[in-house]
Amino acid sequence: MRDLSLHLLDLAENSLRAGAGRISLQLTLGADGALDVVLEDDGCGMEQGLARRAADPFATTRTTRRVGLGLPLAAANAEKTGGYLTLDSVPGQGTKVHIRLMTRHVDCLPLGDLPQTMVSLILTHPEHPDFVLDLHSPRGQARFDTGEIRRVLGPEVGLQEPEVMNYIQHLLTEQCQMVFGGLIS
Amino acid sequence: MKTLEELEAIRQKTLARISLRKEDKEEAVRVVIGMATCGIAAGARPVLTAFMEEIDRRHLRNIQVTQTGCVGMCRLEPMVDVITPDGNKVTYVKVNPEKARMIVADHVVNGHPVTEYTIGAAEQQA
Ligand SMILES: Nc1ncnc2c1ncn2[C@@H]1O[C@H](COP(=O)(O)OP(=O)(O)OP(=O)(O)O)[C@@H](O)[C@H]1O
Ligand SMILES: [Mg+2]
Repeated sequence: MRDLSLHLLDLAENSLRAGAGRISLQLTLGADGALDVVLEDDGCGMEQGLARRAADPFATTRTTRRVGLGLPLAAANAEKTGGYLTLDSVPGQGTKVHIRLMTRHVDCLPLGDLPQTMVSLILTHPEHPDFVLDLHSPRGQARFDTGEIRRVLGPEVGLQEPEVMNYIQHLLTEQCQMVFGGLIS
Repeated sequence: MKTLEELEAIRQKTLARISLRKEDKEEAVRVVIGMATCGIAAGARPVLTAFMEEIDRRHLRNIQVTQTGCVGMCRLEPMVDVITPDGNKVTYVKVNPEKARMIVADHVVNGHPVTEYTIGAAEQQA
């Protein structure tokens, strides 16, 4: 995976597959360059056994292949920087993935195009679930929530309408620039 | 900064357009992109972006861009299915943004599948 935003797209795919109604992504950059990424969903969750093994490539509930690479690859990229990945999951309630990355480490992946990750998720799931993005850094914070956009648009206008997707993309780009611009690549 | 007033204006404009359009959901062309780890690592996201931009640029309105998981042919990712209203499904393999734009022009708009990018062509080569 070339950057963090692609990992997050991939982990959000797990949440979608788990039938989540709300997927929230929170990125917090500390003054010391530590980046905490928390992905939370209210999907089906995992049994304890699977949750404990999920960072192992041979843990997957896929039937098309015998390995699941999403979590192990993300964990490896966090560990390379001196960080880690932890998983909390409750069957029937949801899952929380916490990734800590040391962004000043030479091996740290770039952040990549976070707005494009959000846009890809929203465009292909315009009706359901809700996606939330929370950004924090020493410079400020921003919050994006498809629930709020839906409230303004009402029932007739879908998120997939090109003008709406354009608006969302610009809004997210402004937010990422404001909170992280120049602080992390 | 983008404001909610701006979004409200978009709503008004889009509502007017939707009521003109008399959209029939059955008539939509579906573009389905593989988005498991294998697809994303092979470049599925820029492919999705290319489809979105090309559809927008050509003002095509009745196209549904959706996604699917892993179909077990990871080395052929990014894979894209184009499903036309007649129910025909064409599977494209190793798609990149450039191929995506061509698929929109030839297949989605003009109804001619780009045979050389399809899974059938890939299997003949192998
Ligand atoms: N958010 C989640 N909710 C419920 N189950 C999950 C979640 N994330 C992961 N899992 C479970 O853990 C397994 C391993 O996930 P992982 O992302 O590593 O691989 P995968 O999704 O199976 O395949 P790949 O990511 O390579 O396409 C999944 O098959 C799924 O059963
Ligand atoms: Mg996965």
